[in-house]
Amino acid sequence: MPENGTREITFAEAVREALAEEMRRDSRVFIMGEDVAEAGTPFKVLSGLVEEFGTSRVVDTPISEAGFTGVGVGAAMTGLRPVVDIMFGDFITLTMDQMVNQAAKVHYMSGGKWKVPMVMRTTLGAARRSAAQHSQSLHAWFSHVPGLKVVLPSTPYDAKGLLKTAIRDDSPVVFFEDKMSYKLKGPVPLEEYTIPLGVADIKRVGKDITLVGTSSMVQVALEAAVLLEKKGISAEVVDPRTTWPLDEHTLIESVKKTSRAIVIDEGYGRYGVAAELAATIAEGAFHYLDGPVRRIGAMHVPIPFSPPLEDLTVPTGKTVFDVALKLCGRS
Amino acid sequence: MTTASDPAQKGSAKDVDKFLRLYRQMMAIRMFEEHVNELYTRALMPGLAHLYIGEEAIAVGVCEALRRDDFITSTHRGHGHCLAKGASPELMFAELLGKEAGYCRGKGGSMHIADPATGNLGANAIVGGSVGIATGAAFSAKTLKTGQVAVCFFGEGALGQGVLYECFNMAQLWKLPVIYVCENNMYSEYTHFSETTAGDIPARAAAFGIKAETVDGQDVRAVLAAATVLADRARRGEGPAFLLCNTYRYRGHHVGDINREYYRSKKEEQQWLGENDPIKNYSEWLKAGKHADASALSAIDAELKAEMDSAMKFAIAAPYPSIDQVDQDVYA
Repeated sequence: MPENGTREITFAEAVREALAEEMRRDSRVFIMGEDVAEAGTPFKVLSGLVEEFGTSRVVDTPISEAGFTGVGVGAAMTGLRPVVDIMFGDFITLTMDQMVNQAAKVHYMSGGKWKVPMVMRTTLGAARRSAAQHSQSLHAWFSHVPGLKVVLPSTPYDAKGLLKTAIRDDSPVVFFEDKMSYKLKGPVPLEEYTIPLGVADIKRVGKDITLVGTSSMVQVALEAAVLLEKKGISAEVVDPRTTWPLDEHTLIESVKKTSRAIVIDEGYGRYGVAAELAATIAEGAFHYLDGPVRRIGAMHVPIPFSPPLEDLTVPTGKTVFDVALKLCGRS
Repeated sequence: MTTASDPAQKGSAKDVDKFLRLYRQMMAIRMFEEHVNELYTRALMPGLAHLYIGEEAIAVGVCEALRRDDFITSTHRGHGHCLAKGASPELMFAELLGKEAGYCRGKGGSMHIADPATGNLGANAIVGGSVGIATGAAFSAKTLKTGQVAVCFFGEGALGQGVLYECFNMAQLWKLPVIYVCENNMYSEYTHFSETTAGDIPARAAAFGIKAETVDGQDVRAVLAAATVLADRARRGEGPAFLLCNTYRYRGHHVGDINREYYRSKKEEQQWLGENDPIKNYSEWLKAGKHADASALSAIDAELKAEMDSAMKFAIAAPYPSIDQVDQDVYA
């Protein structure tokens, strides 16, 4: 990242900038979803876009997630580049046929003749006291499906660069934004840049243990790394940034160096992204490991409303710190 | 609803060309499907297929009203739609047999034939699965001002899918150039539609303010007349339409559905075949109007038979995809 021309902006501002730049660059790009226009979404991520691009390119839809996702697929096949906005990640359940049976398969089933250059933007993450139907992190579901790409940005810099790439991609891409990260500030260059999909980023260099964090859990891993440093343990924090395509090489090389790994992901630990990343590391760095690869995810319960209960379900820096200490033979 | 004109009326040469084209197209679909059935019974075809026999007038009548670059989406019972929109029987047979030469390089099969050259966005094996795609294609046509129309073919079984009504709502809100063509062949798989469908079918679309019409799906001229009006209207920016075509599936749900008496009687099937066959009735009309005599029609039949025989042979002889194809085209 260049030193010059960099300023601090929030994650939400970074997403908005990416959309605005791509919409200026390519008139085929448009946004559709619930309350995307004048409201700018409940998170205000899209504020100001309708003023610049008008209601024909920032399209408010009925509350019909399956329907407008399907419209997005068809529009993408026939010359437009939709960015479909699914307000809460929990609502992707309503879009599953359109994404899994349609968007993901059109290119393959047609022998490569039709393409679906569509982005679905949606959210993940608990801790907003929103209860079981507005708090889930379901990115594993789409990561499971061949034909879809899945992006999990963790910083404003990554969010902007990855979203621009996603919009330019000719395959359907699902872009998950952590709701709690929208106000996270970070450096973002003034000049244009993009980040390729499938390239992990080492968020912190270390030598004793690898903490693989995704999305919201990158900050958690970084908090744990600070706590571990005080105990004389040097943690490396690796952010895959995309679950598919997956940069297996960077994960494996980091663990070959450190010999210990914990994967932290806000989805459910069981049958989830953390499990897949842990398996990738175990297969690729088995002979270098000093202990089992550990997974830390959301507790295997629906996200409860009551604050003391909800807080138990989400991994924290302290949780990761405790597991890391044990893995390093300390306590 | 438009009805057929006086059968005795002589058409111009151009009209006669069109009349014969409609016949040829319907007969091509029927013969194609008979060949598919043969491929199945000779155990040459992997999997199953859903035959369109009995419903030919709908695909042919609707597609005759369309431009080559207009879009269609089709269904698991889609061979007729693809052929009527201009697909080549050779490449279709090849696809049905899973061959590299097929429309989808053998990766789609009977239920997923797609062809950008004829505006075919793809047949879809999820009932109601293409409603969003067709509506989205109409969204593109309107946004890009291309003057294209999108036609979404679906069976009455899709009336049970909620996404249909979500799309009806958006299509009418945004005045999209899309025509929803509902082929009511009376059976959703093995269940009569009256057991699954409450109320009046066109009223469902009309409730959204969508122009809704009903036509005899066994009368190709009536289907063409209705589709022409609706396509022109959509092209002028006057919004979506719903066209209910009443028809009958002569064969089983798929080629393997042979013993059907537990869900419908042979008498019922014979009645449709005898009195309401779209090709037989249209042939009679052609002959009565002196647009064609029996020998002219027989000559077309013979040509089509030779064409289908040859296309089927081509597909049987064609090679399978090489194994390195298996992970190609997952991503664009």
